[in-house]
Amino acid sequence: MNHEQLQSELLSIRHLMERSAKFISLSGLSGILAGCYALVGAALGYREVYGLSSKVGYRDHYVTEEAVLVKLVIIASVVLLLSIGTAIWLSARKARKQGQGIWNPASRGLLNAVGVPLVAGGLFVLVMIARGTYGLVAPACLIFYGLALVAGSQYTYRDVKGLGILQIVLGLLAACLPGYSLIFWSLGFGVLHILYGFIMYVKYERGVA
Amino acid sequence: MLEHFDKAFENRVRLQIMAVLMANERYDFNALKELLGVTDGNLASHLKALEKVAYIEVNKAFVGRKTNTSYCASEKGKKAFAKHLETLENLIKQQKQ
Repeated sequence: MNHEQLQSELLSIRHLMERSAKFISLSGLSGILAGCYALVGAALGYREVYGLSSKVGYRDHYVTEEAVLVKLVIIASVVLLLSIGTAIWLSARKARKQGQGIWNPASRGLLNAVGVPLVAGGLFVLVMIARGTYGLVAPACLIFYGLALVAGSQYTYRDVKGLGILQIVLGLLAACLPGYSLIFWSLGFGVLHILYGFIMYVKYERGVA
Repeated sequence: MLEHFDKAFENRVRLQIMAVLMANERYDFNALKELLGVTDGNLASHLKALEKVAYIEVNKAFVGRKTNTSYCASEKGKKAFAKHLETLENLIKQQKQ
């Protein structure tokens, strides 16, 4: 074997080790879209609570009103389902293009790692809503989602860890500044998703997708 | 130099299997097949060969009624793989000089 052959052999082995342990079909494009859904959802939520009739910053309604609460929960659920659906759809499409399945040891590891903090956080948020303590709902969403991303990052692109840490930081800031939840929620689930989705799209998908 | 190469890794698929088992605690048959893009028979024969030299360990479990066979690298196999890579790297260094 000559020099180039040896080096490319070593490189392909390293690449295989990485590819076998990490889910590399995660779609950056789906991150961008999820961020857009979140921003639209936040805008709709803002309209429900603050109304359009008064000046910015003055409320027409309060979250404690049942009708408003139901609408907010519906908006949040639609955003969540759309985001998950888009992520699965686009990741499956990317996996097909890479000649891989979407269901493999790496994706199973990713789901397991992400699932625990996400389910725990989701239940915790539901309990808070049921008990009428709404103040920490948005910070809890951000913090638990961030923890899920950090936990899952070892099974996919390393960039996801950075995104997770930023979500946790935003969640903690939101907890310190009551009343600004929607802004932090929009920054975390909207702006950061678009930003990281774009970075991942440029880094890993241009030319592939 | 070539006599330091591990006979078990002469075949590319065997080296690839070992690489995957180094990076993962365990890997099942179907996932290996999909990742490496080889046929059932081909993969099975290479796994047998690695099992014979005790580089890998086999775990059979039942998922419902189907058997799910997964593999993991043995200590011996991990050492052999590390040594093999080292040999390759040394070879590259030598050729550079």
